[in-house]
Amino acid sequence: MEKLEFKFPSQPGKISPITALCGVVGSGNLEILVRTGSDADVCEVSIKTSARGFGEIWQAVLTDFAEHNPAGGTRIFINDMGATPAVVSLRLGQALTEYLGVAQ
Amino acid sequence: MNATNGFTPGHSYFEATARQRLQQILDAGSFREFLAPETVEVSPHLAALDLPGAFDDGVIIGAASLGGRRVLVAAQEGRFMGGSVGEIHGAKIVGLLRRAVAERPDAVLLLVDSGGVRLHEANAGLIAISEIMRAVLTVRAAGVPVLALVGGSCGAFGGMGIVAKLCSAILISEEGRLALSGPEVIETVMGVEEFDSKDRALVWRVTGGKHRYLMGDCAELVEDDSAAFRLGALEYLDTHGEPEPSLFTLRAVQQHLSDRMVRFGAYRDGLEVWADLGVAQPQQVPLLDRDSLVALKKGLPA
Amino acid sequence: MKLNNLLDALFPAGHTVTVTDQTLTGTATTAAGPVTVLGTMDGAAISHDIALRLADCILQTIESAPGRPLVFLVDTSGQALSRQQELLCLNGSLAHLAQCVDLARRQGHASVSLVNEQAVSGGFLSFGLMVDRTYALADAQVRVMDLKAMARVTKIAHERLMELASNSPIFAPGAESYRRMGAIEAIWEAPSAQLLETALVELAKGAGLADQRMTVGLARGGRYLAADVTAAVLAAD
Repeated sequence: MEKLEFKFPSQPGKISPITALCGVVGSGNLEILVRTGSDADVCEVSIKTSARGFGEIWQAVLTDFAEHNPAGGTRIFINDMGATPAVVSLRLGQALTEYLGVAQ
Repeated sequence: MNATNGFTPGHSYFEATARQRLQQILDAGSFREFLAPETVEVSPHLAALDLPGAFDDGVIIGAASLGGRRVLVAAQEGRFMGGSVGEIHGAKIVGLLRRAVAERPDAVLLLVDSGGVRLHEANAGLIAISEIMRAVLTVRAAGVPVLALVGGSCGAFGGMGIVAKLCSAILISEEGRLALSGPEVIETVMGVEEFDSKDRALVWRVTGGKHRYLMGDCAELVEDDSAAFRLGALEYLDTHGEPEPSLFTLRAVQQHLSDRMVRFGAYRDGLEVWADLGVAQPQQVPLLDRDSLVALKKGLPA
Repeated sequence: MKLNNLLDALFPAGHTVTVTDQTLTGTATTAAGPVTVLGTMDGAAISHDIALRLADCILQTIESAPGRPLVFLVDTSGQALSRQQELLCLNGSLAHLAQCVDLARRQGHASVSLVNEQAVSGGFLSFGLMVDRTYALADAQVRVMDLKAMARVTKIAHERLMELASNSPIFAPGAESYRRMGAIEAIWEAPSAQLLETALVELAKGAGLADQRMTVGLARGGRYLAADVTAAVLAAD
């Protein structure tokens, strides 16, 4: 298992009262928890992954996510069992939508 | 989409995650989770083995309403480590059952989807299952029915197969499986001649929902649809109370189980059992839809 | 240990136990009064027939000897591994056996089990762990699965499991792990009529009615999460 920590600048989103949870920690899949973070301009991500040595790929996927979504002000936790970048992106989008959805 | 048997088909129970099943089965918006993610530790035992855990340790518990009835519910997530019971996972279910003894809801629902003990936490898992077994019987003795719903990819195996059979009733889908040892375990230990776990049709004829329903080991056979599980649970609760545990009942079960050992004990395939039950064309059973199979069972000689 | 030596040590005042297909049933005399003796031997793999024979013995005791304690002698290698057994829902017969042990408790029969050789998974669950109090002899093997098989299934190196087992009762097979985790009340150096009598006297006062294993496991430092998690569920809004 590898633990990774990232912080990305991101456009501030709405502050939602809920904690959103998407996905399941199963083979080739992951779960993503999104809740309110401490800094409105920052998306802070903590990852636990069964697959070692993919830090750069995580960084690329998450940079892209933080650039294209209003993920500022969120704290994100990920438990991963070897999901592909495509699955990670999909789940990130779902989790953020669920998190922001309630605030609308 | 056409409504059949009083429910509108919508979501495959088999395909759904545990959280989706709860949303689909319970009254809309009624589910209130106990020990939501982040309020409970992620399994340190898995971390010690260098494995990522899950926020809910593979089981979601809470309170909800079902057709207006107050229920407590646990849903195992078969996709996370085979729905296996580790220390936290097991303790959440035990806590829910003890809460049921204190709160006396109208029912407890266990959405079982589990291979049994989590080997990564072996001893803790086995003990937890023993605690769940005692707790289920204590809930029932308090007059609260406990329903097991079985229709996920992991079925109800190992200790959770025993737990399911300790419940007031089991609702199972054709896709659901119920047994003690998994076919893979039997094949590994006893050889492929004993049980070929890759022979999917055979596995279903021995452990599958239709066979368990025909034999009376499961009370109801339902379609693989969350709405059908919901309706099945509602119908069961409408028509059954929870009897006090009694010598009379267990004597009757003892007689029934002993009789059927005499009658069916030599068989090794569902086809043989079904023929003996009076099914005219047993080889057709796997092809029948749910309604036809229920009709066939009702028409069998007593 | 030979069965007769075990029975003589536990019941010096006398016992009448018969063995059928690795299943023991009978009665014995103790200082605390007459008891029903039942269980399995020679590492029995629990089948429908064994489960039903034990269940019948429990039901007979409830029917004919109100309040008489049940003393289980446990030596099981697990559940019978066969397609024939699974076809007739082996988990159902094991559940029935467990339910009979539970009914006996509710009807005022104290129950203890003594693991004398081995106790493994499903066989252990169905009766050995269902009683009021479980005990084990010092050299008894108690486990879900041995570490080699566990390594194969979990794909974790055997050496790593050995290392973890040396400091965690979670993985380590053995009666001592189960004692520390609260599932085994105590380990007996040898079968003892005196220890059995003490246990029966305590249980006669109702000591075994509530399942205290989590609390005991916490107090003994072997299972430190379960009790708190369960308490948190009870207290949750």
